[in-house]
Order: sequence, then structure tokens, then C-alpha cells
Amino acid sequence: MPDSSTREAVPHQRHGLAESLERASLAVPFRLKVAAVWAVIFALLAVAFFRSGFDIAWMIDKTPAIVRGVWVTILFSVIAITAATFLALLGALGRISKNPIAYGISGFYTSFFRGTPLIVQLFLWYLALPQLAIGLLPEPYAAWFIWPAQVAGVVGIAFNYGAYMTEIFRSGIEAVPHGQTEAADALGMSYGQRMRRVILPQAMRIVIPPTGNEFIAMIKDTALIGLLGTTILWADPFRVAQLTGKADFRNLEALIVAALVYWGLTAIFSFFQRKLETRMSKGYVRTAVKAG
Amino acid sequence: MSSPVVRVSGLHKSFGDLEVLKGIDMEINSGEVVVVFGRSGSGKSTFLRCINFLEEPDQGGIEVAGISVDAGLPTRHRRKEIRRLRTHCGMVFQQFNLFPQMTVLDNVMEGPLRVKGESAAEVRDRAMQLLADVGMADKADQHPIRLSGGQQQRVAIARALAMRPDVMLFDEPTSALDPELIHEVLAVMKRLAETHSTTMVVVTHEMGFAREVANRLCFFHEGVILEQGTPEQMFNSPQRPETRKFLDAVI
Repeated sequence: MPDSSTREAVPHQRHGLAESLERASLAVPFRLKVAAVWAVIFALLAVAFFRSGFDIAWMIDKTPAIVRGVWVTILFSVIAITAATFLALLGALGRISKNPIAYGISGFYTSFFRGTPLIVQLFLWYLALPQLAIGLLPEPYAAWFIWPAQVAGVVGIAFNYGAYMTEIFRSGIEAVPHGQTEAADALGMSYGQRMRRVILPQAMRIVIPPTGNEFIAMIKDTALIGLLGTTILWADPFRVAQLTGKADFRNLEALIVAALVYWGLTAIFSFFQRKLETRMSKGYVRTAVKAG
Repeated sequence: MSSPVVRVSGLHKSFGDLEVLKGIDMEINSGEVVVVFGRSGSGKSTFLRCINFLEEPDQGGIEVAGISVDAGLPTRHRRKEIRRLRTHCGMVFQQFNLFPQMTVLDNVMEGPLRVKGESAAEVRDRAMQLLADVGMADKADQHPIRLSGGQQQRVAIARALAMRPDVMLFDEPTSALDPELIHEVLAVMKRLAETHSTTMVVVTHEMGFAREVANRLCFFHEGVILEQGTPEQMFNSPQRPETRKFLDAVI
């Protein structure tokens, strides 16, 4: 090979090993190398686990109980995202309102619920609200505000995420060009008609992708509800893992299973989220092409 | 030409310290085509937008088709009157402002269907007729994004007409269009004036259209109507030097 013979003549030849490694590396696809890195990470973790006396039989035995908790997670998330969407819609309409009462209430709402830790808010709903209710309300009514952990937890998550989503919805509504408002007004539409028929449908396509992100984040944060002390009937994977792991002093095994459950769940929803996002980004063009 | 359809009296409007309209009075008769022109910043667009309260006047009163609303605080009753007044005004915007999530036909049907609550079958027939009038019937099922600017503006005219307005307000309807698309919109407007004797107020720089179609030209200058008259009067013997200067510049 004439190419290599000329190469041998240059003094850089002593870097030959590094260079040939680099050349070999270039031939391997990037994705394959990344996969290799992941494999190494998992291998190291597995080695570390087993050297620490990882009890795989125990883990396999308890996995079904932990995984079953996924239905609690999904139920919490679906109820909370529905309520949060409703709160965010009201909040966003308040944030763009010229009415000082609506603007003031929504401003307080987003400031407080975005400005304090979620875990504190959960305990406020669970422990502080009953105290307030007992102090203020006569006997039968006070009991309405003493909630089981799962109710306080879902309400707390919904209010917290509703506050973040308020800002998403507000920016979505404000992204609709002002000419649309004028066109609706010029037709004599009322505020409600303008919002329902013109503004919100256009804001929706802007808002749906980031709302999907909030939903995925919410799935993980429902694990906090377990810290309020939910009963085994309402225990999510983290709560089950905590209870069973503590009982047998197998915390590592139990918590790893719980973590994998959440990881899998968010991976599934992220996949659909990405599909939705590509669909939405094609937007009007897609429907228009179909029509044409 | 009979009783006035639009009556504007003592209209004042400021944006901050800038007084844009300094007392405008105007009566527009049924079937009349009024072209409003003037330099940018003369208040011509603001005047047009005050007629259907897209801009809130500071002082003065507007009457359209017998519904009169004075400048004042927005009470519940007043908002209702403004909405009622708006249903008698058709508005065509510089940027078309069609609803992108709806088809062309739904754009045209939206007002009569949702605001006036008319029956769907009747509205559909009328909307299709209007789309045929503006030469857009074959695009009824498309979305606005697929149309050219001229086509969008013709749909916007049909949308405004679908409300059966007493007056059509045109806010620089051809200013956002490529030059080769302007004539198709002007042709539609001319047909409206000539064959349907639609009452129109048109803010435009298209002086050819003004000469051909308008009954009256109003020259706005620094917030007042400096001069008005028939096209012949205004083009052939403008009285004020400002008018003469502006017309020399645009023609």
C-alpha cells in the first residue's frame, strides 16, 4: 500500500497505536458506542449490587406486589391531571383578565403554589387544612375537610401542577395573534364565544405538548403521596417498596424495583408524548394537505 | 341614498398624550361608498376602528343602523349594545384575520350561526352563495393557510357579508397583498358597491379605486377631516394645499 509506506516515513508514527484506535473507533456507529456505555453502567451496577449481597430471590418474590401499585399511580395521575387542567384554564383566564378580582386570585394562586415546596403543600392539605376547618366550622361541616391521605395527596398535586400549567395556558392564549380577537369581536362575539370558538382551539395546539411534559413529571411526583402515609390499598409502587423493604431490611432490592416501575411508566408516556408532538407540529399543514 | 346608516359625532380619541382624533363628525348614507385617505398617523384607521368599537373612543357617539352608543365606561348593558352594533358592521382587516382552525365555509358560517343563532341549513346556503360571489366556492372545504392573500381577503369579505351588515368597514384591505393580487380584491369590492349597492367605508391608498367607485372622499390630516368631496372635486380641484400635496405624492 503506497499510502501506509509514505506514512511510515513521518515521525508521527510513534502515535500509531492511539491513531489506529481512533480510526477503529470512527468505524463504530455512535449509537453502538452509546449502547456500550449503557451496558457498562448496568454491568458495574450489577456487580456492585451482588457484591453487597443483593437478594434476587427476595426481589422476584416481591416484584408483583410492587408493580401492582402502578394502577394507583396511573389513577392518581389521571385524576390529578384532569383537575389540574381545569384549574389551569381558570387560572389562565384570570391571568389575562382585566378584572382585578380574577387577576388577583389567579396571581395569588400561581405565586403561592409555585413558590412553596410541593411536599409542604401536601402536608398542608392533609394536616393543616383539618385544623383550620375544625377551628372555623361547626361539627358536621368540619369533617368534610378531613381527608384521607390519597385524597389530600391528589388534591395537592392537582393544585400544584395547575399553578404551573396556568402559566403554560396563559402563554398559549397570548400566543394567539391579536387579530383573531379583533376578528371575533368584529363579528359581535361575546367573551365566552370568542374564547370557546376562536382563541382556545388555537391555544390548544400550542399548549398540548408542554402539558404532556407536565403529565410525565406528575406521574413521578405522585410518589410523594405515599409520604402522607397511605394505606396498603392506596399504596403506589414507592409506598409498597418502602413498607416491604423496611420490613425485611431489603431496601435496595425493593426501591430498585419501584424506581424501575416509574422509569418504565415515564418511558412509555414519553414515547407517546413525542409522537403527539410531531403530530401537533405538522399542525395545520397536515390537515390542509389532506384537504388539497 | 336615503337616511344615514352611520352617524359619527364629536369623536375624540387619544393614545396616551397623542391625540389621534380631534373631533370627527360624519354621516354615511345607505348605499354610499366613502373612501378615507391620508398620511399614516392621520387617524384614518383609528376612525374606522372606532365605528365598531375595536377602539374605544374617549368622547363622542356612534350610531349604526339606529343603535347608538356613546363613549363611556364599559358597563354590562353598554357591552351588550356594542355587540349588537357590531353585528350590523362587517369588518375587513388588513391582515385578513381568518380563523385558521376552521375551513373557509366554517369561517363564513361562524358569525350568523353562533352570534345570530340562525339555522345551519339556511346559513350554509347563504355562505355558499357569498363564496360563489367572491369566486371562492371551490375552496369552501380548504383551510385558510392554503389560500393566497388575495383569496383569503375575498373569503374575509364573504365572512363579513354573511352577517348581512348595514355597513362594510374596510381597513386597508389591500395593503398586505402582493401587487398582482390587489386587483382581485378591489374587483370584488367594486362589484359590491355597484351591483349590491353595499354601504362601505374604505380606508385605502388605492386612489384608482377611489376615483372609480367612491361617492365621497375624506382626507384625514392630523386627526381632523381636512377636506371632503366627490372624486371629481377632490382630484380636479382640491382646496387645501395639504390635500393637493398628498394627492400629488400618491398618484
